Amino acid sequence: MIPERERVELVHLPIREDTDLTVIRHQVRSLARLAGFGLVQQTKLVTAASELARNTLLHGGGGEAEIRVLDGPDGPGLRVVFTDSGPGIPDVERALQDGFSTANGLGMGLGGSKRLVQEFRIENPPEGGARVTIASWSASFPARYGV
Amino acid sequence: MTTHSSIPVLDLGGLLLVTIQGELPDDAAVALQEEVTETISRTGARGLIIDIGSLEMVDSFLARVLAEVAAASRLLAARAVLVGMRPAVAITLVELGLTLPGLATARTLTEAAAGFGVSIEHAGSRGQGET
Repeated sequence: MIPERERVELVHLPIREDTDLTVIRHQVRSLARLAGFGLVQQTKLVTAASELARNTLLHGGGGEAEIRVLDGPDGPGLRVVFTDSGPGIPDVERALQDGFSTANGLGMGLGGSKRLVQEFRIENPPEGGARVTIASWSASFPARYGV
Repeated sequence: MTTHSSIPVLDLGGLLLVTIQGELPDDAAVALQEEVTETISRTGARGLIIDIGSLEMVDSFLARVLAEVAAASRLLAARAVLVGMRPAVAITLVELGLTLPGLATARTLTEAAAGFGVSIEHAGSRGQGET
């Protein structure tokens, strides 16, 4: 095990092209593993991050991902924030519906990602663009952390 | 931009075998789709086995590419079978809402090949989801 203080606490990653998604998937995977996530938990979080990073690239015209290691009351967690400077997500409720797609996806991106994590938030910040936040904890308490 | 997928498409005498290794970036997935359908058409293969045993994650984009490869194969008179999906990937895909009903699956390469009447010895371990 890696000692607590040697852990990476915050990582900023650009989302400018296809290959950046691979880097984000790797980072989320390794930080989730370090935080003690089980294999299924890791896979869910990595998959959600992959969906949202692609959204940032395709709909937001690129942006960045911020990955933060959390110290929750019941153990470590991981929060990933995706920001872009695109048109934002005007109709959040509709965007969360399964089957909703403006690009070439299966329309499962946002709604599907929400089911894979314990915390999920979409915001349209005043300065423009979209901000999507996801988080999961290594100890699962869905009733407490669920949105 | 045209990218080569750099994934070998193996021809086992009328049966194509594609083994996806590690990560599959979006453009490589799209390139693979074109290579596979082109190879089916050129060789007249009747079957296609896609081994995803080494994939740690399948998101909706990759799932769509796999489903489209299978659909295009069918139109080209070849049957596609997906092999070796890891349990964590299966759980995640279902929760994501993607059950991929049109995609045939098999547990191992050996089992998938047997479905085409082809016998492969000692080749099944790759598809058994070891970590």
